[in-house]
Amino acid sequence: MRLLNQSLRYLLVPLLVIVGIWSVVFYINMLDEINDSIDDGLNNSKLLIIQRAASDSAILQKNSFNESNYAIQEITKEMALTIKDTHIDTALYMQDEEDMEPVRLLSTAFELNGKFYRLQVFSSMVEEDDLIEDLFWSVFWLYLTVLASIVLINKIALQKLWKPFYEILQQLKAFRLDGGKKTSGIKTNIKEFNELKNAANTLMQHSLETYANQKQFTENAAHELQTPLAIAAGKLELLLEKDDIAPAHATDIVQILQIIERLARLNKSLLLLAKIENSQYSATQTISINKTVHECISDLEDFAAYKNIEISVHEEENPEIEMDATLANILVSNLIKNAIFHNIQNGRIIISITKTTLTIGNTGKARALDPHKVFSRFYKEATAQSSTGLGLAVVKAICKLYRFDISYHYSDIHCFEVQFKDR
Amino acid sequence: MKILVIEDEKELLEAITASLEKEHFLVESAGDFNTAFEKISLYEYDCILLDIMLPGGSGLDILEELKNAGKTGNVIIISAKDSLDDKVKGLALGADDYLTKPFHITELNARIKAVLRRNTAGGKNTIETGNVLLDLTDRLFTVNGNVFALNRKEFDILTYFLFNKNRLITKTALAEHVWGDNTDQADNLDFIYYQIKNLRKKLQSSNAAIEIQSVYGIGYKLVER
Repeated sequence: MRLLNQSLRYLLVPLLVIVGIWSVVFYINMLDEINDSIDDGLNNSKLLIIQRAASDSAILQKNSFNESNYAIQEITKEMALTIKDTHIDTALYMQDEEDMEPVRLLSTAFELNGKFYRLQVFSSMVEEDDLIEDLFWSVFWLYLTVLASIVLINKIALQKLWKPFYEILQQLKAFRLDGGKKTSGIKTNIKEFNELKNAANTLMQHSLETYANQKQFTENAAHELQTPLAIAAGKLELLLEKDDIAPAHATDIVQILQIIERLARLNKSLLLLAKIENSQYSATQTISINKTVHECISDLEDFAAYKNIEISVHEEENPEIEMDATLANILVSNLIKNAIFHNIQNGRIIISITKTTLTIGNTGKARALDPHKVFSRFYKEATAQSSTGLGLAVVKAICKLYRFDISYHYSDIHCFEVQFKDR
Repeated sequence: MKILVIEDEKELLEAITASLEKEHFLVESAGDFNTAFEKISLYEYDCILLDIMLPGGSGLDILEELKNAGKTGNVIIISAKDSLDDKVKGLALGADDYLTKPFHITELNARIKAVLRRNTAGGKNTIETGNVLLDLTDRLFTVNGNVFALNRKEFDILTYFLFNKNRLITKTALAEHVWGDNTDQADNLDFIYYQIKNLRKKLQSSNAAIEIQSVYGIGYKLVER
């Protein structure tokens, strides 16, 4: 959810509550003020009527409201004593509206010439339902106007105020460990954004340094290990060429040489893994999976032919994936190599390519491998002593780098499936 | 043929020198940047083996100096850095080949001979041994003037053997040379045996005066009969 929408969501409900409470309070206050004013008017009318009654006794005969807004009835003294001035809200039939309309009614009693009378005076009041309806719509439009203003102001503010933030975000998104640059060209007076920029810069600087160190270490490790291995292997090869060497010694030397060769292979694979995991392969280009598969098959056809393995390729689609060419080649060839070397004599390899998947199935031992362990480092079949056990770990690392899914399942044939990310 | 080996690891330098002398090359060596720089300024070499990481400087600077002096050609970089950057830089600066450590002595031999042949003006790119003649340009295998068919891999194997005549070639070295990096798997060695068996049959049927001998079960040696 975008910042704008989120802040709006936070404002929406509290604003509604505030405006709601405010309108109720306002309504009650207003009604109170109106009643107060009407009551004052009624009290005034009462005094005027009583004064007029003293001079004009005809008024005392007015028993019902009819055309005027007051009525007088004669009552007993006891009754008059129980009557106090009361203001009540009630309803009377109005000719004009042809309906009962709310009125404010003042009831009182007075004494004139030893007789007691009850006086009722009324005054028309505001119609509450109309008032509430008017008030509701006013408040409703106010609410919408306030919200609309907030959206508008927020939008402008976000665009102007938050511009440095979005710029930093953009540069962070574009940041790459190899050949990456720190955030630049962002100028702002806002303290928080400057702090964010500095924090991002520190983090990026740290990442760049760590990356450079790791890269350096990888290369140094290669140098430091490969050279002694090269020397040992070279010397042993030269030693084997000597004429005066006893066959028994030669066998020992051969064994040592084979161990050194294995070490060199192991070291090479581990370095490759380290390089992949350090994301040192970043030269992405568009790779045709079909082309890569055919190239790898052609590289490996001698090995397949030796075991008399039949390779069939089903190409439903021609997926093109953005990745490093070297890694694409390693990915595909490691899987095919795996399918060849763990195959049986006269076996089969079935490769199928769809829009988003590459599946390589092979005949082999009639027993499923442990799908959890098959991609881990140094996992190998007991019978395959001279393999490094890193081939599928490398495949897994490449898949992880590009966020491909790799899975293994067994149903008569061993199946490895790479699911390319749907772009 | 004069070869300069620029390599700071004394032991490796010795091994390379010993191997190259077996091939009757005249070998000179330089163990650090300054010595190497001096030697390339003073003398001419038919081929230079150049390590990138040297005490006192980078091998790439030496390459640059060679380029500036117009002495490019026949430089093979031997480096422990299997780095694409260096490879690209080195080749751009005029190096002819790039070999990553650890390498097999026989592989180095083959690379040197290939570079020397490739860059020798005029002469035909052929290897001749006894009655056998390999034409590397047209990829023809001739015995006593008659052409015999070899498949692509067999031709590569035979070329490698002829570049390393009388030398021990380990199965691993052979596999890596012909099948590249695809060979780090279990049942390699039987596979190589099978390939050699086929090649031996063809050599016999074509009456070639060369044979491939097995050596201690670890490799092979090509000798003239």
